[in-house]
Amino acid sequence: MADEKGKSVQTTGHAWDGDLQEFNNPLPRWWLWSFYGTVVFAIIYWLIYPAWPIADSYTKGFGTVSYQSGGKEVTRHWNTRAELLQDLQSGSETLKQQAYLQKVAAASYDDIANDPEMSAFTQSMAKVLFADNCAACHGIGGSPARIGQYPNLRDDAWLWGGDIAQIEQTIEQGRNGFMPAFGEVLGDAKIEQVASYVLGLSGHQVDAAKAEAGRAIFQGQEGGCFYCHTTSGKGLPSQGAANLTDAIWTVADVPGAATDADRLKAVEAVIREGIQRQMPGWKGRLSTTEIKLLTAYVHSLGS
Amino acid sequence: MPDPRGVAPTGLKHEEHDRPVTVETTMQQADSQPQLYAARTAIHPRSVNGRFRRLKWAVLIVAYGVYFLLPWLRWERGVGANQAVLFDVAGRKFYLFDLVVHPQDIFWLAGLLMIAAYLLFFVTGLAGRVFCGYFCFQTLWTDVYILIERLIQGERPARLRLARQPWDAAKLVKMGLTHLLWLATAFATGLTFVLYWGDAPVLVREFFTGGAPFSAYATALFVTSTTYVMAGVAREQVCTYMCPYARFQAVMFDRDTLIVSYDHSRGEGWKGRAKLGRDLKTREQRHAVGVGDCIDCGYCVQVCPTGIDIRDGLQIQCISCALCIDACDTIMDSLGWERGLVAYGSQRVAEGGEKARLLRPKVIGYAAVLVVAIGLLAWSVSRQAPFDLTVAQVRQPIFTRLSDGRIQNSYEIKINNKTDRILALHFVIDGLPAGAELDLGRFSQVKLNPEQRLRLAAKVRLMPKDFDGQSHPFELTAVPDSGSGLQPVAHPSVFYVPAE
Repeated sequence: MADEKGKSVQTTGHAWDGDLQEFNNPLPRWWLWSFYGTVVFAIIYWLIYPAWPIADSYTKGFGTVSYQSGGKEVTRHWNTRAELLQDLQSGSETLKQQAYLQKVAAASYDDIANDPEMSAFTQSMAKVLFADNCAACHGIGGSPARIGQYPNLRDDAWLWGGDIAQIEQTIEQGRNGFMPAFGEVLGDAKIEQVASYVLGLSGHQVDAAKAEAGRAIFQGQEGGCFYCHTTSGKGLPSQGAANLTDAIWTVADVPGAATDADRLKAVEAVIREGIQRQMPGWKGRLSTTEIKLLTAYVHSLGS
Repeated sequence: MPDPRGVAPTGLKHEEHDRPVTVETTMQQADSQPQLYAARTAIHPRSVNGRFRRLKWAVLIVAYGVYFLLPWLRWERGVGANQAVLFDVAGRKFYLFDLVVHPQDIFWLAGLLMIAAYLLFFVTGLAGRVFCGYFCFQTLWTDVYILIERLIQGERPARLRLARQPWDAAKLVKMGLTHLLWLATAFATGLTFVLYWGDAPVLVREFFTGGAPFSAYATALFVTSTTYVMAGVAREQVCTYMCPYARFQAVMFDRDTLIVSYDHSRGEGWKGRAKLGRDLKTREQRHAVGVGDCIDCGYCVQVCPTGIDIRDGLQIQCISCALCIDACDTIMDSLGWERGLVAYGSQRVAEGGEKARLLRPKVIGYAAVLVVAIGLLAWSVSRQAPFDLTVAQVRQPIFTRLSDGRIQNSYEIKINNKTDRILALHFVIDGLPAGAELDLGRFSQVKLNPEQRLRLAAKVRLMPKDFDGQSHPFELTAVPDSGSGLQPVAHPSVFYVPAE
């Protein structure tokens, strides 16, 4: 309060240097009570939440959080991690997501593809599933870091067929990609000839004579390549045989090679060594709904 | 209230100001032990009538009318809530009459806050604590609480008597009724506050049938209790101890800022103020012996909601409510003397200077910034895009080689329809060589429901020999149906081609 006329202002009673005094401006008493209130609040807080460290442990508090873990209900003392788990399992957003997931699970592939909202939902959910289960081989975006690792799922070439049923079968059952090694059967000269022919199929510059010789091996019984790659070189999806006439290379890094000789070498290496690749089946490991989401997602990735 | 013209001058004389009493008692105790904490001295403001009081009632009625009725105002919209003002947090939309504010418009809030701040600076620089005295909800709600107090317990002397008398049935009834009405007002305030965040008629029904969300009850309880405590119990202490604005407003004051002030030279003469006594009845008699015009009736002190004496000069507690002006004017009118002993003045006037100048560089500066900020906000609001479009290039992988040798880049398109109509869009790309192909799967034509958000995956394909360079900028444009009258919205992006 402002000092009153004719009234001296109260001092704290101390005097320094003879006459140096301090005004006493008392705090409002409710302020003191507010302070006590915070003390009471702190004590209640200590009782409910983890608070005091005791040696290698701490007071846990009476507050608890329950969540599902390994199919069992777990109740722990209150902590933010458990609360996050609880929210992820039974929070309102999670319930909404699950309800929508039911809707997508019940819809046909065609319905999902025709509905922009269901498509976007599928993309979001499947992206996470893909990153958890598929990205180790196929890369985060469905495209391996370099050619020669695993098939690129974003391009328009499908070793085992690119329609929904085929993709679903691939994911459920897995695939065994196999091409025999021809190194000992054919020898270097013939391998070069076959490689020349194969490169020529996709329009690359090759030695015409060698390619012609390679054609005979490819289409004849000596190489027998046409059994899987067909006489046109487009490949049988039932065997997982690559189309050799297009610009896509899944094992030999032809686009990455700088010279004609390097390109030839890359194709020769595949013919010499053969291919042995395996994709595991995911039935049993992933739920039907998860496989469905992944199928729709992978199908949408490809062109 | 009784007519102060007849009652005030005589009725007031008997009364001592209630405030100094405790000061004296604490000082007596203080001789031995200084008291570090002081209990609040209850303030029982006397009612007053006058032009400022009438103005303040008018402001209060308008403010309460708006606050309590606005949630009930219905509004026709093509889609969304039919409430005129609704802050739909769950739906991430703020409805303000015909304007729907989306999360992307959040920077408007910054503009609004800036305008509010500069308006406060401007008004404070010009006319002091106008906000405090006339518009602050603390002042408005305290006014209503004091009104309730007066209607139940009577005028100031009756309230003082009631406060002093021991607890008996009558006091219990009066105090109980007062607090009950306070609580009812607080609850109405709390409930109304909640109604701005949900559909009012539904929410009220849910609220009383136990079906409202927890946050509604918690917020209502919080606002109810703070209203009750702040307007009923804490009152002027909010302004004095809690409000930051009360503390920093002084830096916006200058010598010309309007402040409620007591004309010291007129009131005190050279001998000081004196009550109307024998031989001190007329101004001439008083001036002759050097006594000023202030008859020391104390009315200005009794009406003060913060319990200060304006005659002591500008004080931090003063909220510029101007009720002391009304009080003094009432007394001066009854005496037949000219008004203005307590009036809006300024430090310059108090020091004997000219009347306050209104056009000062600081005030003009605040006004200029204010006008610019309002203009920018209005411009931004008027240009709100009917729909948002963003195009983000997929970086993993950044390109894909296709079987025919073309290069494909992928993009994620996000569209947000802000209109209340169905938005039919198709997409075109500009800036890439001829032959570039845009593929949106089955969504080359897409329809968005009102206020719908959508994410689409797009692919662009191109023969790499068609241009040089690794990155090529282009624009993807969303074109609304020609009948919609909406403008296309374009978003820049980049097409990447690997080096051969």
